[in-house]
This record gives sequence, C-alpha cells and structure tokens, in this order.
Amino acid sequence: MDLSELYREVILDHYKSPRNFGVLTPANAAADGHNPLCGDRLHLTLQLADDRVQDLQFDGKGCAISTASASMMTEAVKGKTRADIATLFNDVHHLLTEREFVPSQDLGKLAALGGVREFPARVKCASLCWHTLNAALAQHDQSSADASAVPSISTE
Amino acid sequence: MSARVDVSRSIAPQAAGYDVAAVRAAFPILTRQVHGKPLTYLDSAASAQRPQCVIDAVNDYETRHHANVHRGVHALSQEATDLFEGARDTVRQFLNARSTREIVFVRGTTEAINLVAQSYGRPRLQPGDEILITGLEHHANIVPWQMLREQTGAKLVVAPIDRTGNVSIDAIDARLSDRTRLVAVTHVSNALGTVLPIRDIVRAAHARRVPVLVDGAQAVPHEDVDVQALGCDFYAFSSHKVYGPTGVGVLYGREELLTEMPPWQGGGDMILAVTFDKTTYNSLPYKFEAGTPNISGVVGLAAALRYVEALGRPQIRSHEHQLLDYATQRLLTIPGLTIIGTAPVKAAVISFTIDGIHPHDLGTILDAEGVAIRTGHHCAMPVMDFFELPATARASFGCYSDRSDVDRLLAALAAAQKVFA
Repeated sequence: MDLSELYREVILDHYKSPRNFGVLTPANAAADGHNPLCGDRLHLTLQLADDRVQDLQFDGKGCAISTASASMMTEAVKGKTRADIATLFNDVHHLLTEREFVPSQDLGKLAALGGVREFPARVKCASLCWHTLNAALAQHDQSSADASAVPSISTE
Repeated sequence: MSARVDVSRSIAPQAAGYDVAAVRAAFPILTRQVHGKPLTYLDSAASAQRPQCVIDAVNDYETRHHANVHRGVHALSQEATDLFEGARDTVRQFLNARSTREIVFVRGTTEAINLVAQSYGRPRLQPGDEILITGLEHHANIVPWQMLREQTGAKLVVAPIDRTGNVSIDAIDARLSDRTRLVAVTHVSNALGTVLPIRDIVRAAHARRVPVLVDGAQAVPHEDVDVQALGCDFYAFSSHKVYGPTGVGVLYGREELLTEMPPWQGGGDMILAVTFDKTTYNSLPYKFEAGTPNISGVVGLAAALRYVEALGRPQIRSHEHQLLDYATQRLLTIPGLTIIGTAPVKAAVISFTIDGIHPHDLGTILDAEGVAIRTGHHCAMPVMDFFELPATARASFGCYSDRSDVDRLLAALAAAQKVFA
C-alpha cells in the first residue's frame, strides 16, 4: 500500500491551495454535492455560454482528495464544451476505477487521481465534484427560467 | 444434558489484576497483519472483535447442536432450545433483570428501539404528546421516533448538549412536561464517549410518571449495567459491541410494560394458537420473537457475556479508564489536535480533529500503518452539526486494547502530519 500514489505532490498542492475557489457571480448554473459518509460538501457555480463552460468556481469543505479533485476539475473544464466535458468525465470515471485504463486523451494533472483506484473507499471523494458538475449542467438545461433551484446530489 | 456445559468454557483471566496480554491472546484476530503492519484495532465502538471462546461457542453450536428452537421433540431441537433459553438467562443475569420474561432477543439495538417505538409508542401517543431525546443520540435513537412522529402527530423534544458534549440533568428536567410520554436517551455517546447519568434521568422522568428507554449499545461493553439499579423501563443493546456476533441484540423491558404492549411482528413462535378467525399470542418474551431467531448469534452472545463477566466488568472498566487517560494525555501533546467531547464522565472513546487534515485522509493514512479508526459522522450527524464539524476521527478502546495501541496510533498520526506538512 503506497500512500505516495494517493497523496501525490500535485494533489497536496491543490488541497492546500485550491484553484477557482469561491462563488462565481454572475453564474447561470449551480449545484451542491454532498458525500454524507465523510461529510464532504461542495458548491459549484458556473457561467455557461454557447454550450461552453466559460468560468466556474467551487467552495465547500472536504478531504484532500475531494478538494484537490474539484480544484483540478475546475482548471480542466474551464473553456471546454459540454461534449469535451462529457468525454473527460468518462475518462476520469474509468481512471478512478479501472487499473488497466488507457485514457482517450492526455489527462494532464487529472492523471494524478489514478492513485485513488487502489483505495476503493476514496473513489467517491474524487468523483463527487464531477457528479456535481453534471448536476449543474443538467439544471441549466431544465430550468434556465428558474436559476434559483439549485440541485443537490449525494453520493454514499 | 451436556449441551450447556460445552459453551460455558471460557478463557479464565487472572481474578486479581488485569493481564491485558492474556486478554489479547484470547482474540485471534489481533495476531494478524494489515498492510504488512501489526493490526492496531481502535474501532471497537463500531464493532468489537470476538474472543476465541465466542468463536468456539458458535462453532460448537453449528457443529453439534443446531436445530430449530421451541419446536421439535427430537434431541437436537431440545439441545438448541436449552442453549437458546440458557443464553436468555445469561443475559438476564448480566443485566440483573428480574425475569427472563423481560429479555427479548432482537437483531440489535436498532430493532429494539423500533420495537418500543411501534409497540409501546404507536398505540399510546396522541397528537401533541412528546418524546424527549438528547442531542447526543445515534441515528438509531432519532429516526424511529421521527417515524413515530409521522404516524401519531407526537413531537420530538431534544435536550441539548453543552460545549463539552455533556447533557446535564437540568437540561433534561427542564424539558420534561405534562405531555412527555417517553424519554429515550443514550447511556454512552458513540460519537464522543460521554456517559449520561441514567439514574438521575430515570428519577426525574419517573417523578412525572414518564418511562425511560436507554440505548445501551455503547455502554454494555464498558459500564456495569444493572437495570434494576438504573431503574429504567427499557434497555437496548447489541451483541457485536460486547464481543459477540453481529445480527443479534437484546431488548430488556419491564414486565408490566411488555405485558401491556401488543406484538409488533406476527409469525411463528409468537403465537399459542392460530385459526383463520383468531390468533392467541404467546406469553412473554416469545410474543415479541416472531420467526426463527438468530440461534447461533444468541449462543455466541451468551459466551461473550460470560467472557466479560469472567474478566470482571469493574476490572475492564478500570483498565479502559487508565488507557483513556493515557491516550488523552498523549494525544494532547500533538500540535493542532483537538479532542471533541470533554465531558466529566467518559467511556473509552476519543473523538478528535487535527488542523489541516480531514478525518477521512487521517483514516486512510492510519490504515496504511495498520491502525483502524473510525472517521466520519459516526451516525450522529446532529452531534457533528453542534460542533460545526463535517466529521471527526474516533479511536475507541476495548478490553484488549493496550498502551502499545495508543503508541502506534501516535506514530501513525505523526506519519499523517508528515504527509500534510
């Protein structure tokens, strides 16, 4: 059991200094993520335009894995289209769960999350932000007329 | 009948003094390694490990005596029934209940509380009636009352905790009202280790003719539980917290109350006679034991209680308290560490946080060092909310815990601080 695989330098760096941390204003999509098992909570705010995530921020409280994953996710998806994000989500999901997975693209910093798959109890920490992002995108589709309805997702 | 003799073997500890090395030797799991390190098991409050005598009792039952209870005229059914009913008497003695009619076998503390909510509470409660609990409760002593609230229109009143994680008798007394119909309190907090003054609570409640249910899941392994001395009306506990198998537990109920209560589940064994027109219910405690029970679990529980009695509850308690003091002192030397729950009377449970390290990360890093602790909300989310924490790390001790466990915990915490330095 190699802890340095889980707590890689880049993960500790993003935990201690999370990027895009705060609440985005104005925002036209948002979602809350909650992992009741460990108490992690995160709030995601996005500005979408022309099917593209122009900007996003997150805040909340979580463990090193969930905070770093959210921080790296905000960097990775900023400026990307929904289609790009869907592909990235798929790759990250496989990265977190499959030992022999070969991603369809260079995942950059996100590849550091690959160490999580040796720690099954922590996979949900890493994936919480991605599920929250999906919920925010879905909310934007369904209720652009009512942006005050913030969806809430829970993983356990 | 040789059956009862077979399971009453127990590994006799020294009567005087407490030989923790001998106790550890009785628990085979403590010899195993985890991730190449010796197991340091500090999660007994979640589930305690089993001594060899419990494993043997279950194995002996399964190997030689199994059949259904209360049914057959054949030898095995008689042996199984003798073991099962013998176990009920072991539980009665352990709790100092007056009669085995007051000992109901259930799946665990959770089921025991649900039984009382549905069988005692549901027929009695009227809209506006009150159930008084405390801010320390495990979800198992909150949710059944919320369900009962939905069913009856009763109200849930909560006696709050203070900054030390204690609930004063005044906080409880002040919330007893003319509408209080039941007080349901934990004996020992699973999240913080706080021990509540059950005798005082019972005295205050009984002064208003209000019965008291005690959630004893965390108390039975640590405290000397005597239901007559406590004076409580219901007492619930789980086998697996007191070195027995999972899936079995006990509801003690005062006979007068149990007699008045309707069955809460129907089926075999809880009846005397059934026709399509009418069913005559069985007597106590069988009225509350529908279906074939967890016989091997009950046999294992009895072996576990005999083991605890052989070690001596005062001896276990004194050993654990010395360990609690040692662990508390050692933990407080760690920079950035805060102990959550500093009530004046505590059982061998320490909840804590460390600045800059989320409890979930602590749990993972400690596990890599072979140290098993619980991290999270401990099924007591209102306690976490009170302290405005998402989670804590919790080290809990049992009869087999020793100073080397605490020392390895300290070393593992130092390793965690190194990762996050």
